[in-house]
Amino acid sequence: MGKSVDIRTGMNQDLFNQWFDERMAKREAEHTPSMTIIATKGTLDMAYPPFILASTAAALGWDVAVFFTFYGLNLLKKDLDLKLSPLGNPAMPMKLPVGPKWLQDTELNIPNALMATIPGFENLASGLMKKTMRDKGVASIAELRELCVEAEVKLVACQMTVDLYGMKKDDFINEIDDWVGAASFLPTAQKADISLFI
Amino acid sequence: MNTTTEHSLDARGLNCPLPILRTRKALAGLEDGETLLVISTDPGSVKDMESFCNQTGNELVENASVNGEFRFTIRKSQEKRHG
Repeated sequence: MGKSVDIRTGMNQDLFNQWFDERMAKREAEHTPSMTIIATKGTLDMAYPPFILASTAAALGWDVAVFFTFYGLNLLKKDLDLKLSPLGNPAMPMKLPVGPKWLQDTELNIPNALMATIPGFENLASGLMKKTMRDKGVASIAELRELCVEAEVKLVACQMTVDLYGMKKDDFINEIDDWVGAASFLPTAQKADISLFI
Repeated sequence: MNTTTEHSLDARGLNCPLPILRTRKALAGLEDGETLLVISTDPGSVKDMESFCNQTGNELVENASVNGEFRFTIRKSQEKRHG
């Protein structure tokens, strides 16, 4: 066994295998995991996944970049006035953040079509969700975004969306790393270990 | 082995991912070998703290549940990254 020799390297096979394993282990240990996220939604509920995942990955020591495009750009505005939309969101739970626990845990059975069409319902639902989040110790979007900035998560904004909707750059936070297009972001995503579309 | 905890972090009432993010921040201010006591009430933090330590190379010295609170003792180690 020990005498077999790898034809390509001329090395003893066992030694070669040992060398190879060591090299691979070293490579793995030195590799910094990376993640890219494409954030496309601007509602309060859909603002959470990108910021939670990005800030947590950064806490694990990973390199993270988030590309905000279309309605996702709302998440980079100075004024974060995010709302829930019951419309087309049929699994959205409707619960009260006040009253006894049994009531708070009860799912209010309001038809989605009704919630989506009653004027003012979006504001009400958004307010209730923000209260629930606060009461249960879940960070606000502004707080999570700040933590991302602090942890050097790269916040990248889609230039095309800004032009398309005539948005003003002054309305956005100064911590945006770059204003680019898809062709600039994709090469980063290509090298990432994880890439998510949210 | 010296397990005296010199630093502590109260993460009670905070939910995912805040206990982990605050822990990371608190550890950043510690010297290698120093320990941090984290107290949380988020049940998800039990698994998450294990995973966090595993990923960052910090040592989870103790992981206890007392009266609905979770206590973690983490020893800061030279940061290591995993693939």
